[in-house]
Amino acid sequence: MFGEGLLKGMAETARNFLGSYVSKDRLTTVQFPEERVAPIEASRNFPFLVYDGEDWQQGMRCVSCLICEKECPPKCIFIEKSTDKKPDVSGKPQFYPAVFNIDVSVCMSCQICVEVCPFEAIKMDVAFELSTDDRFDGLLWNKERLAKSNEYYGRIHPTEAAVVDAHLAEGRAKLEAKSKLTTEAKTAGAAAPSAQPVSGVAE
Amino acid sequence: MPETIDQIFVILKHWVLGYVPAEAQPVFSALLSVVSVLVVFPLLFAITTLLERKALGRIQNRYGPNRTGPYGFLQPVADAVKSLTKEDIVPHTADGVVHFLAPLLLVSAALLAYAVLPVGRNMIVANLNAGVLFFFAVGSLVELAVFMAGWSSRNKYSLLGAMRAIAQMISYEVPLVLASIVVIMAAGSLSTVAIVKMQAAYTGIWPHWFVFTPWGFAGFVLFMIAATAESNRSPFDLPEGESEIIAGYYIEYSGFKFALFFLGEYLGMFATSGMAITLFLGGWAAPFSFLTWVPSYFWFFFKLFVLIAGFIWVRGTLPRLRMDQLMNFAWRFMLPMALLNIFIAGVWHFMPAGPSRWLVCVVLVAAPCILLSRGLKQEKKLQVRTYRFAE
Repeated sequence: MFGEGLLKGMAETARNFLGSYVSKDRLTTVQFPEERVAPIEASRNFPFLVYDGEDWQQGMRCVSCLICEKECPPKCIFIEKSTDKKPDVSGKPQFYPAVFNIDVSVCMSCQICVEVCPFEAIKMDVAFELSTDDRFDGLLWNKERLAKSNEYYGRIHPTEAAVVDAHLAEGRAKLEAKSKLTTEAKTAGAAAPSAQPVSGVAE
Repeated sequence: MPETIDQIFVILKHWVLGYVPAEAQPVFSALLSVVSVLVVFPLLFAITTLLERKALGRIQNRYGPNRTGPYGFLQPVADAVKSLTKEDIVPHTADGVVHFLAPLLLVSAALLAYAVLPVGRNMIVANLNAGVLFFFAVGSLVELAVFMAGWSSRNKYSLLGAMRAIAQMISYEVPLVLASIVVIMAAGSLSTVAIVKMQAAYTGIWPHWFVFTPWGFAGFVLFMIAATAESNRSPFDLPEGESEIIAGYYIEYSGFKFALFFLGEYLGMFATSGMAITLFLGGWAAPFSFLTWVPSYFWFFFKLFVLIAGFIWVRGTLPRLRMDQLMNFAWRFMLPMALLNIFIAGVWHFMPAGPSRWLVCVVLVAAPCILLSRGLKQEKKLQVRTYRFAE
């Protein structure tokens, strides 16, 4: 009757005002770009190409199978397969993409390229500070721009990277075991003088 | 020594006037007073805009502006530069002269009102016998300026906003003036200087401010609510609410004229707060008798600062009132309470001093307040609904 409701409201606002100087709860602003929130794992922005090891050209997982280019709905991936083969991270000669371009002004972040890649070579990045003043060439990313290490992948998507690494290690172990069996069979079987080239594949 | 500091501006003014030939002294004296008002109150306006934005930000769990200068304190400068460099657009079919004059009239009327506010002991621009009357007369010019703005813009929505603004301002003038009548009755004078002098006395350490009486307290509350509505401030800012009618009556104004409207509104807010301080809060008088050594102008501005903080606090708390709620509140609650308040002030005057008159007056204020607010609560009586469906 005397306006106690108003006074209660004003007490709440006063609590907010004074509390904003003492507690983080009552002042939730993150002053970008001086402060940043931690990157969220389950988020995605644009794709990147994963490479193992230190050398981005040598360790790149992509073998230019062209599946992601075919599956991409807005057709923003442009790949040119190489004519020669080069050894990948586990030594087997593979094709590699001579040209791998993604037009991020077209890319709709649907993640289909990631889902269909059989070689775990393309994954989604979370970087969002991508402004450029050149909206044609600046937004057509080439192979070098897209290449990021597996260690970076592990930092932005820890759980996913752990699963992928485990899967890849398992595949390699299986192939190692298979190749050991074949070499043992060969040495235990015929007394062939020249050993066959070891068919150890990456996957 | 405290008297010297208290009267320092008066002494300074007399010293400067000593260098002026005797014929020109009245003009120069007036000029000095006017210039000091023109310097102090717009500066206060600039500080208030910044403080308001920071305080509202903190109330809303965010920082206010903090990029322009340390803690954002150069933000008013940035705002001034922005409003001065914006293009001044006048609609083609607008009434040019009236469109130009409306913000000028608003600012002039608001500034005129400062002539009768005693800012310190012996510090008043114009010591009129009928100071309070002058204040309210000049305050009514503001409504004219609002209507000039709305009409000259030749815009339906601007006119609609202006009509609503004037309706609101006129409705709240009545409780504003009635609430100040009790003070005039008690002081027996319309002169602001006399009213403050009456309140500058002490019994023991307690001051004789009118707000410490039942009728004075009720009058103060009514005056402050009416003052909020007069300067179109939240929660009474329907005529200019950005989500309602964009900018209401000053929608067609850009750049500096818009800044002048803003300035006029805030100056009006300071002027009515200043009048509330003069009438109810003892003007430049210190709150306790042992604090009289602090200069009088300090107390005036301290009280003004407290009232401004109150305005900002209320703005950050309450949602906007709808037009019909606003008008109902003015005519059906505030006006009867103001009239009752006058009656209570009379009762206070004629009863002998003592606890009995306190009891009677407090009951006479509280009971109608409760009854009236309860009676005015619109409880929707829903009828039993019958439905006829198509066969």
